[in-house]
Amino acid sequence: MTSFFQSLGMTHDWAWFVSTICGILLIALPLMLSVAMIIYADRKIWAAMALRRGPNVVGPFGLLQSFADGLKVFLQETIVPSAANKGLFLIAPVLTFSLALLAWAVIPFNGGAILADINIGLLYVLAISSLGVYGTIMAGWASNSKYPFFSAMRASAQMISYEVSIGFILICVVLWSGTFNMNGIVLAQKGHVFGIINGFVANPLLFPMWVMFLISSLAETQRAPFDLTEAESELVAGYQTEYSSMAFAAYWLGEYANVLLMCALNATLFWGGWLPPLDIPVLYLVPGFIWFLLKVLFFFFVFSWVKATVPRYRYDQLMRLGWKVFLPVSLLFVVIVSGYLMATGHFA
Amino acid sequence: MIHVIAFYLFAVMTVASGAITILSRNPVHSVLWLILAFFNAAGLMILVGAEFIAMLLVIVYVGAVAVLFLFVVMMLDIDFAELRAGFVRYFPFGALVAIVLLAEMVLGIGAYRAGSLTLGTPNGTAATPAGASNIEAIGALLYSRYLFLFEAAGIILLVAMIGAIVLTHRQRGGTRGQNVDKQNRRRPEEATFNVKPEVGKGVQL
Repeated sequence: MTSFFQSLGMTHDWAWFVSTICGILLIALPLMLSVAMIIYADRKIWAAMALRRGPNVVGPFGLLQSFADGLKVFLQETIVPSAANKGLFLIAPVLTFSLALLAWAVIPFNGGAILADINIGLLYVLAISSLGVYGTIMAGWASNSKYPFFSAMRASAQMISYEVSIGFILICVVLWSGTFNMNGIVLAQKGHVFGIINGFVANPLLFPMWVMFLISSLAETQRAPFDLTEAESELVAGYQTEYSSMAFAAYWLGEYANVLLMCALNATLFWGGWLPPLDIPVLYLVPGFIWFLLKVLFFFFVFSWVKATVPRYRYDQLMRLGWKVFLPVSLLFVVIVSGYLMATGHFA
Repeated sequence: MIHVIAFYLFAVMTVASGAITILSRNPVHSVLWLILAFFNAAGLMILVGAEFIAMLLVIVYVGAVAVLFLFVVMMLDIDFAELRAGFVRYFPFGALVAIVLLAEMVLGIGAYRAGSLTLGTPNGTAATPAGASNIEAIGALLYSRYLFLFEAAGIILLVAMIGAIVLTHRQRGGTRGQNVDKQNRRRPEEATFNVKPEVGKGVQL
């Protein structure tokens, strides 16, 4: 894109600047639109599994429900509790929202369609997701109210616990693909199994890693069955209890943008990203972007499915799963995968 | 041009947030300013081409260590009046630490000006060897030339971890822990049974 703007007579620096801004807008605006639609989809899927109708009043089939909700919160009054720490209280939702957008910079949508093709892409994703906890913890503390505070404690413990095993799982993927670059990881999956299946998931050594990654990503985004931070029977609305209006909407959008990001990571790291599922020339006629989108939407359906069907974990069960099951198993798999790769001369 | 602007932005932010960390009265604010300082330091690392170190700084310090700091500080009930009362008593000790730090900084800057350090070049180009990415260069060094030092560092960390666990671990009597395997093995047929009591007779359990 830089060369296109250069052909319009700009210097290289300006062309780079303008094309980066355009790239950011090209990712962020459709992302926000898809977040609005994905909330609608989530509610529809959830309703269908509970034999209800879901949103069906605003617009055809209720398609405009999210926009109506958005307009509603936009017109609400922003209430800042008098005992709250005002600065932090208002920064927290902004932080959550912007962090949810930041990580998309390194997600490859198609062969060359990636905003920042850096060779530490996966580390960048880890860094951004480890920052995500601050939005929650700051909200909990700044609200100066006990339920948000409990919720923030739970959230931070939960996110730290599952980040550890996510790190080990990602190490396995990196070992096999030999790079931290997201596009490189996608390309390493081309014809990975029997030279025909694109995706690490079909690899028997990496399949268990994918299952654990899926469960960890549910925990990391605080979706059901790990939505203990918003357990409404215990904690009212969790760390969002004191929030109203656009501050609340920022959390709402950030949460779903994070869910989409985790779906995109599942697709990119284990299911071949923008590659078609099978390495057959005919399938490459469909643009890579379409394959990527289909995979992301499939994983979002899985997320909704889990939300609609699985009961909530108890907190000690959650911690046990993270520390006593996932951590040892993922560590074991790092040893097995690196041993296998060493024995078969993968690195030679 | 953009290098210079970015450098001064990150450097000023690092120093300023470091200063506010110790000046701020609220300890939670202090930790949050400290996090901002870490973050800007990561930005400086990226400017000298050490993107791997920058990411590790964010992941380890901001993502894990500072969260624990924040955790502890948030739960402490700190009495500020009491905290400030000890100022005169601790002042000599604080001054001593400050003098030591100052001496170290003067020595460090002197050594740097003497030209013995060749990390990055002042114009912002990377110090990594040509043709190798950051991660590859660090990995090649750590796992070949400095392997024993690296493993020794690992063992020291392991000892520290075990030490922390030993120091804080205590056996508590009278708790009723759960045996999760036993809970999972339990089946409905051994846990429940149907009875049809006659009216007015009650049930033998």
